[in-house]
Amino acid sequence: MDSSADEMAIRVRDLVVGFGDQIVLDHLSLDVRRGEILGLVGASGGGKSVLLRTIIGLIPKRQGLIEVMGVDLDTAGLWDTRAIERRWGILFQQGALFSSLTVRQNVQFPMRENLHLSDALMDELATAKLEMVGISPNDGDKFPAELSGGMTKRVALARALALDPEILFLDEPTSGLDPIAAGDFDTLIKTLQQTLGLTVFMVTHDLDSLHTDCDRIAALADGKIVAVGPIATVLASDHPWVKSYFQGKRSRILTRAPN
Amino acid sequence: MGAEPTLSTRINDEELEFTAIGSWTTAHADALEVLVAAAAAQASDVRNMAINMAMVGELDTLGAWLLERLARNSSKRGRQVRFVGLPDHYRGLLDEVRRVNRRAPTSPEKKNRLLVGLDILGRGAVDIKVDLVVFLEMVAALSIAIAHVLVRPRNLRLTSAVYHLYRVGWQAVPIILLITFLIGCIIAQQGIFHFRKFGADAYVVDMVGILVLRELGVLIVSIMVAGRSGSAYTAELGSMKMREEIDALRTMGLDPVEVLILPRVIALVVALPILAFLGSMAALYGGGLVAWLYGGMSPSIFIARLREAISVTHFEVGMIKAPFMALVIGIVACSEGLRVKGSAESLGLQTTTSVVKSIFLVIVLDGVFAIFFASIGM
Repeated sequence: MDSSADEMAIRVRDLVVGFGDQIVLDHLSLDVRRGEILGLVGASGGGKSVLLRTIIGLIPKRQGLIEVMGVDLDTAGLWDTRAIERRWGILFQQGALFSSLTVRQNVQFPMRENLHLSDALMDELATAKLEMVGISPNDGDKFPAELSGGMTKRVALARALALDPEILFLDEPTSGLDPIAAGDFDTLIKTLQQTLGLTVFMVTHDLDSLHTDCDRIAALADGKIVAVGPIATVLASDHPWVKSYFQGKRSRILTRAPN
Repeated sequence: MGAEPTLSTRINDEELEFTAIGSWTTAHADALEVLVAAAAAQASDVRNMAINMAMVGELDTLGAWLLERLARNSSKRGRQVRFVGLPDHYRGLLDEVRRVNRRAPTSPEKKNRLLVGLDILGRGAVDIKVDLVVFLEMVAALSIAIAHVLVRPRNLRLTSAVYHLYRVGWQAVPIILLITFLIGCIIAQQGIFHFRKFGADAYVVDMVGILVLRELGVLIVSIMVAGRSGSAYTAELGSMKMREEIDALRTMGLDPVEVLILPRVIALVVALPILAFLGSMAALYGGGLVAWLYGGMSPSIFIARLREAISVTHFEVGMIKAPFMALVIGIVACSEGLRVKGSAESLGLQTTTSVVKSIFLVIVLDGVFAIFFASIGM
């Protein structure tokens, strides 16, 4: 945690977030290094999504510091904030595709709003992104309501990548997918992260994703990060919640498998 | 954000060499497209082409695709294209980009204008049939639900019906009273203004009384209810449909028509006659008030004339129509709600359709009733 700020994609210090009387995040600190995949685990309702949404500015914080790419979002002006927002892409849990636009228009939407490109180039780029996430160009004219769960996630990922962001936020990317589709999606994230040099901040419950994708894992319990590091470090943690999480019936099979 | 990108051109030994310099990223998207278009234009009749990427600072999908497209377009024209000096860490990205956009998406073939026109006309005709079928299906489903409830009265969702009665009846009272009061005022004022020219201003009482009790009271109230409560029904049921709540009900062995639609329709059928009565009274009150203040006709004379001008028949004609209007509004609103599909747009579309269609049907029904009552001499 003491590495220089330059290597950090995201720096969170002493973050406090609450709703009414309830404190969800209590003096939380976390670093995400450039070019890594960080997986955030935590109990349901424990504040994982709240942390993600606070970092991207959807939930106001009570105190603390959030720096993205070395820019403090509190003190940054409107233009700096916009510039940072263009450098991140977000995959929401339900995809959050615009239901009145086709798949291709969904992917083109960020380009259309932020860049001045010709329609032909935007069509090519949208097709390129769709193919990169494994969607056939012929599905480009479908509407989100016509897509399956797995396809929705892939299209949402293509939209998140539309502006070639440096940081990718994923909110439970594999939830609601069958194990095979989830495995494919994990591979896809890893491949894209390597080819595009992304920093990925991933909220997940999927133990497979943690094993296959993540360079480091952060465990969130009682509103704080109680363990952070490569999976071996987190597995060795003494914190009771982390222990029961990784050594419950469902995870024991997975953690033993590599040995 | 990195150095401005440039693309320099050089010809040596029968080879055209493009050297890409700087940061080829989305941040410079606007400049990059112009650069590459200009370069493509000057790629003249040289046989071979090389793209030198040794001096590229940063590269992302957009930059990689623009270079790949330049190479692809040239090789389509029979040139040999090679990439030189590609930094290792961008090799994966370029390989990825070379794989995409190989198949052109199948573009929809152009069709004959006349055929397209006929197609739209045909689909429109089919839609009318579908609309009718949907309406009749809802009537049938509702009849079955009523039959069920008659057999087993405990199946009636009384709490829900009362709650909806509160919403579409009680909560609508202030706005209905206000609107019908104003309509009564306007009719009386116009009547007095124009009838006075030939000394017939006393007959304004007949006009206001008959018009309000027979036609306007129930019609205005029905249109108001279609806009206020019908749209709410459609939107509620539509969003329940979108979130699979209706499917959930069905899987629990419950009939959505019985649980959701019957209480709503019952509430409307009970509420609308009451609202129509209150509305008619408010309109008569407004008419009387204007006759007094604007036309100088004292309230006692107004009431005496009103007693002569109207009979219970006029009142009955108005009131008999009210529950049928309510039924039409309820059925249209609920069946449109169930036709909502997954998207937010379709919710808006069906809500609009619901209001437009129920107002249309209310007016048509009013016309049918006018013919009916005329033929039976009421």
